[in-house]
Amino acid sequence: MSNSLIIGQYVPSDSFIHRLDPRTKITMIFLFVIFVFFANSAASYAWLTAFAVGIALATKIKIPFILRGLTPVWFLIIFTFILHLIVTKDGDILFQIFSFPVYSGGVIQGIAISFRFFLLILVTSLLTLTTTPIEITDAIESLLDPLKKIRFPVHELALMMSISLRFIPTLMQETEKISKAQASRGVDFKTGPVKDRIQAIVPLLVPLFVSAFKRAEDLAMAMEARGYQGGEGRTKLRELKIEKRDIFSFIIFGLVIIVLFLLRV
Amino acid sequence: MDISFKQVNYTYQPNTPFEHHALRNLSFTISSGSFVAIVGHTGSGKSTLIQHLNGLLRPTGGEVSIGPYQLMPGKKVKDIKVLREKVGVVFQYPEHQLFDETVKKDIAFGPKNFGVDYEEIEKRIPPILDAVQLPEELLERSPFDLSGGQMRRVAIAGVLAMDPSVLVLDEPTAGLDPRGQKEMMDMFYQLHNAKGLTTILVTHSMEDALQYADHVIIMDHGTKYMEGTPEDLFVQKDKLQAVQLDLPEIIQFLRKIEDKFQVSLPYEGQTISELGIQLKEHLKGDVTDE
Repeated sequence: MSNSLIIGQYVPSDSFIHRLDPRTKITMIFLFVIFVFFANSAASYAWLTAFAVGIALATKIKIPFILRGLTPVWFLIIFTFILHLIVTKDGDILFQIFSFPVYSGGVIQGIAISFRFFLLILVTSLLTLTTTPIEITDAIESLLDPLKKIRFPVHELALMMSISLRFIPTLMQETEKISKAQASRGVDFKTGPVKDRIQAIVPLLVPLFVSAFKRAEDLAMAMEARGYQGGEGRTKLRELKIEKRDIFSFIIFGLVIIVLFLLRV
Repeated sequence: MDISFKQVNYTYQPNTPFEHHALRNLSFTISSGSFVAIVGHTGSGKSTLIQHLNGLLRPTGGEVSIGPYQLMPGKKVKDIKVLREKVGVVFQYPEHQLFDETVKKDIAFGPKNFGVDYEEIEKRIPPILDAVQLPEELLERSPFDLSGGQMRRVAIAGVLAMDPSVLVLDEPTAGLDPRGQKEMMDMFYQLHNAKGLTTILVTHSMEDALQYADHVIIMDHGTKYMEGTPEDLFVQKDKLQAVQLDLPEIIQFLRKIEDKFQVSLPYEGQTISELGIQLKEHLKGDVTDE
């Protein structure tokens, strides 16, 4: 099942990237996502790609594995490329496909946008590949902390996030289990007319919802039994701490951005 | 239907960091009409093995044949539905698969998918309800209103309604009370005999394996560790303990008696009461000798 989709999957290792504070990673990725839109020359794109690939190498995760995980979004990237090719009407006409004139501007635009897309997805998937869901929610809670001043329920939001992340694999397993049980009773999820396949979802969804509700009830009961009462006065087992390596990475990142602006046209 | 595994391998998520070899070079045969127990501790590959029996998984190496059907790597089975009708699988906690509005519709779901016509399904239901000991009044109730034990019986009835000739049971008694466990196993044993089924039972319970199976396969780390009749296997205490399995209680008890009273009581499939009588005779004999 989840053989090809690796977005959201954590691969344990002890690389430099893995050990960075999750807040560092999230902040840097957030900034990277913004700065990708500043790239406007071949050199600046090449520079950002080199940076992203460098990080990917530093994670010690096998590159083919990471690329294979991106297969579901290749389609999207190619689609954007073709869209830009057709829609943009800049520069000289290069050639025609089915009476659609293709402009040189379109080709450049298409390549630029799909590269942007690729970079965004690559970098964000590197975040989830090197950071456990718990770390991510901890980091978000910590980053959103100032919002508590305006009574924004930061802790509750983080709790909701960590619970839903925690139960994704459980629900996936459950889905697989139930779909196997129903397949054994002759349900065909993969072939046949679309109408039949849509109907085949019902025997899958009903048990899934029933068990999700049961799980939610159990979890609520277990939390109450252990005296859970929200974020007030709650301490953490693992405090997040900014280390030297985080400062070091911020400096590197800053340099990368400065170079990026130098390479802009 | 005869079932045979020839050097079967199965790997989950090959070529990823999560690669896991669940079955390695597994070979065995199960002859038609036999009652086979598959024993092994958690993670030994039992669940992976049974998913090969109705083509939910295809081996990544080797060959599985179930009657006329063959499963090989990279080759799709054309009439997989026919295979799935012939091989009924009762998964662990089968009550989780219930979904329909009424018990009756849920039981009829399987056979309906396999194209059995309405009258035939109607005919099949009463004897099955009888076999799983459910009262007919429940037929129009929602399966979600029933007790846990009743829900499991409904789910099992749903598999039996497909009229399979091979029945695969994955820990069918897990989570039931001791009495429910015995009733459930007796029910499967009766069905096995009455319908001439080939039954494959995956279990942790050495007692069940000893009592019902005529052939036992012990799994360890995806390979076949031992195979044979329960009487032969369950006397090899050291070998069993090496894979974290215990002797069945009755045999443990016999060993203890032998040690304590210096008598030899071979196990020949006696029931507890027969054993009691034998034991009494042995001990009496000892007394008169003195």
